[in-house]
Amino acid sequence: MKFAVALLLTFLTGLAMGMTSLIPWWGFVVAAALVGAIVRQTAAKSFSAGFLGMFLSWGGLAWWIDWQNKSLLSQKIAHVLPLGGSAAALIFITGLLGGLLAGFAALCGYYARATSSK
Amino acid sequence: MRLVPFLRSATVTTALVVVLNKPFGKVPALGKFFSPHIGFWQNAEPFDAVPSASLQFPSLKGATSVYFDERLVPHVFAQYDEDLYFVQGYLHAKFRLFQIDLQTRAAAGRASELAGPKAINFDKEQRRLGMVFAAENALREIEKDPLSRSLFDAYTSGVNAYIDQLTEAELPIEYKLMQATPERWSNLRTALLLKMMAKMLSSGTENDLAGTNAKSIFLPDQLKQLYPQVPDSLLPIVPSATAFARPGIVPVAPTSADSLYFSHRDTVEAHSHYQPDPDNGSNNWVVAGIKTKSGAPILANDPHLELSLPSIWYEMQLTTPTSNVYGVSLPGSPMVVIGFNDSIAWGVTNSQRDVKDYYEIRFKDESRKEYFYNGKWEPTRFRIEEIKVKDSTTVYDTVAYTVFGPVMFDQQFSNGYTKQMNLAVRWAAHDPSNEGMTFYKLNRARNYADYVEAIRTFQCPGQNFVFASKTGDIAIWQQGRFPARWPGQGLYVMPGWDSSYAWQGFIPQEENPHSLNPERGFLQSANQRAADSTYPYFIPGSYITARGVRIDKQLAGMNQITPQDMMALHQDYFNTSAEDLRPVLLKNIRIDQLTGNEKVYLDAFTNWDLLATPNSIGQTVFQCFWDSVQSAIWKDELTRTDPMAPWPTEQSTLELLVRDSALSFADDVRTPVIESLSDQITLAFKRACQVLDAEKAAGKLEWSKHMNPSVYHLLKDALPAFAHKGMKVGGYGNIVNAIKHSHGPSWRMIVHLSEKTEAWGVYPGGQSGNPGSRFYDDYISVWEKGTYHPLWLMRAEEKDDARIKGVIEFKKS
Repeated sequence: MKFAVALLLTFLTGLAMGMTSLIPWWGFVVAAALVGAIVRQTAAKSFSAGFLGMFLSWGGLAWWIDWQNKSLLSQKIAHVLPLGGSAAALIFITGLLGGLLAGFAALCGYYARATSSK
Repeated sequence: MRLVPFLRSATVTTALVVVLNKPFGKVPALGKFFSPHIGFWQNAEPFDAVPSASLQFPSLKGATSVYFDERLVPHVFAQYDEDLYFVQGYLHAKFRLFQIDLQTRAAAGRASELAGPKAINFDKEQRRLGMVFAAENALREIEKDPLSRSLFDAYTSGVNAYIDQLTEAELPIEYKLMQATPERWSNLRTALLLKMMAKMLSSGTENDLAGTNAKSIFLPDQLKQLYPQVPDSLLPIVPSATAFARPGIVPVAPTSADSLYFSHRDTVEAHSHYQPDPDNGSNNWVVAGIKTKSGAPILANDPHLELSLPSIWYEMQLTTPTSNVYGVSLPGSPMVVIGFNDSIAWGVTNSQRDVKDYYEIRFKDESRKEYFYNGKWEPTRFRIEEIKVKDSTTVYDTVAYTVFGPVMFDQQFSNGYTKQMNLAVRWAAHDPSNEGMTFYKLNRARNYADYVEAIRTFQCPGQNFVFASKTGDIAIWQQGRFPARWPGQGLYVMPGWDSSYAWQGFIPQEENPHSLNPERGFLQSANQRAADSTYPYFIPGSYITARGVRIDKQLAGMNQITPQDMMALHQDYFNTSAEDLRPVLLKNIRIDQLTGNEKVYLDAFTNWDLLATPNSIGQTVFQCFWDSVQSAIWKDELTRTDPMAPWPTEQSTLELLVRDSALSFADDVRTPVIESLSDQITLAFKRACQVLDAEKAAGKLEWSKHMNPSVYHLLKDALPAFAHKGMKVGGYGNIVNAIKHSHGPSWRMIVHLSEKTEAWGVYPGGQSGNPGSRFYDDYISVWEKGTYHPLWLMRAEEKDDARIKGVIEFKKS
């Protein structure tokens, strides 16, 4: 349950913070760290919830945009970046970048509140 | 807190943010670039999206509606002219921002700001040619006239209204890739855009530098043979037998011309690295009602330019209560450039006239502060050019200006040039002028008199304006401000210390070659010489003869013409040069010296239908053979200087061969034996066969595979993913359907001036400059097939038509 809450919070704050240009693109990193601190679970679970939350947030948004665009642009960009024209690879990398950042940020949050080693 | 693991994960997180927030060379900051909220994903438009909005701006006077049809062509309905051009500027920016920003920066010699140090020499050349100087002179003219000023101001405000509200997410993708931002617009930038066109079309139509080297190799008679002024086969723009008035100005050759100019045999090492494509040109023609099935005139135009994505053209309709015009505009400048309205249609081709001369300047000393002119030391004026360079230090270049113009080449400018000769440029594009107003008036012209009044002030680049009206008039004017030259003036570098070599005046406008309603019922221009040898002025230029011959002959033989016939002529693949050349080449080739393999190619050439169709092998054989023949005949002579003397035009070589098969230039001067023409042609064929073998091995023997017709993105090889390569089309520069590798008919338009005007058009691109839009390249397949879109001159009451997919309303706030 805690895992799902953390994942959802990361996912939603990731989407919400992207909607305003007042917050830099990496603003979700701060949110993910807070979620990692507030929702208490194991280090592994904190990382995973952050990772998956943002993987789905960025990857999901990219997928939605790409679906509406019928992969017109992603196929071109996946040639500019040497990905063999694969839209799926581009979406995966998008999710991966967001996920890694949020995962490590959640870990920071977790360790900031952790009291002693188990 | 568990400090150690916290610090460890914090370090990783921070490092990731920092690394992903930082660009590395050409790679943009990946975090930002991939962020689906602000990065490239935001440029991926929903497939079926058409703009729809209600916008308010304080500088507007009234309400304007923009109706986008299913091809994303905007039909703009404004109450006031100023609003009309504000909205045009807004739309150009909305759909073509990167294009207009890049093109005007390049025009101003500011490419290094985006491209880095590799563009410094390009920038220097632009500045030394006086591109900004020219634009500033034009700007003064634009802003002198209150009407013109208000229109250009409105256009500029419209571009800036779009730029100012642009969010980071909405930035065109090229900026995200290049980590750059757009710069605000100004009237100067509009002037620069027009000067970019002036350079494209009226710089490089001269051959003074290489020509000077030719003069050092060849005797005067030989020069006349190699570089003749009037080709034998010329079918001029103004029909032959047109009577010309006595010239209003008779320029006089300087008394020293023979000794100081014609027989002066110095060579020049300076040359320009960034010359426009010599095939920048076009076709246009018009047929009168007596030759058409409907009895109404039909006008056709296809400007041949570099094919790019986005295209140089943007299609639109511009309507106010007093004007209603449809056609293509040049993003970065207001008005419609080629099009039609309720009363008339017009089109343009390039005049190809030489309006640029070089003068040798003698500076007093290395300071370049004074130069010798008419027996005195005159002061130069310095212009300090500041070239900002991306990721590097700013470069300064001081350019000296003389009475002729900027000293383009001197000791300070080392683009592979060593010899001590300072060269100033006298270029018509430097002179104050306001070409934009010609289009303002043409957009509103109702008849022949209005058209003449509109084009009268058009100066540079000289254009052939073809015209047809609903009332049945057809006409053509070669319009521009052309120097009146004494015979031979400006073919070579001239002495810059004697004012008698300066331009003595201009050909009076009313004496420009023109024709109205000729008896034969048609007019055409295809970059050939405008008039035959009876025209009383010396008019050198880089003319192309073959297309005009073909179009003229075709039109002369046609009657009961329909718009479909005109479309077929646009797509015409007949190679008229090859028709003239084939008998001469075949007569001279020694078949007994050919191998079996070579004979197969010869058969393909002999039995070829003379059409440069996409799958033609005969055309590939002919072109490789003909290139090889020209090289065999000329290269030995022309490379006696470095840079080499100019190639005689294809037409000149063709006519020399047809006229005199014992051509004295055939011998390769570099070998001890004397080669005959047959020797050379046979050898040339054998060499061509080697090229053909390589092409065959690569599967590229078919013409379209050999030529690889392509439309590149503006950033060329930097972004191959945004290009369209390998289109299945034929043609060539000397063929009516003038498609070359990445060059050709950039807009095809046919207008039938019947009771209700019918028009068709297409360009190889799309209305949107965004590679993430389906409108980026949706016209290419239509263009490739040789088909057209019907052009819809919409009426305001048709706003609920099913073709309208989106509306933007502009209002005063």
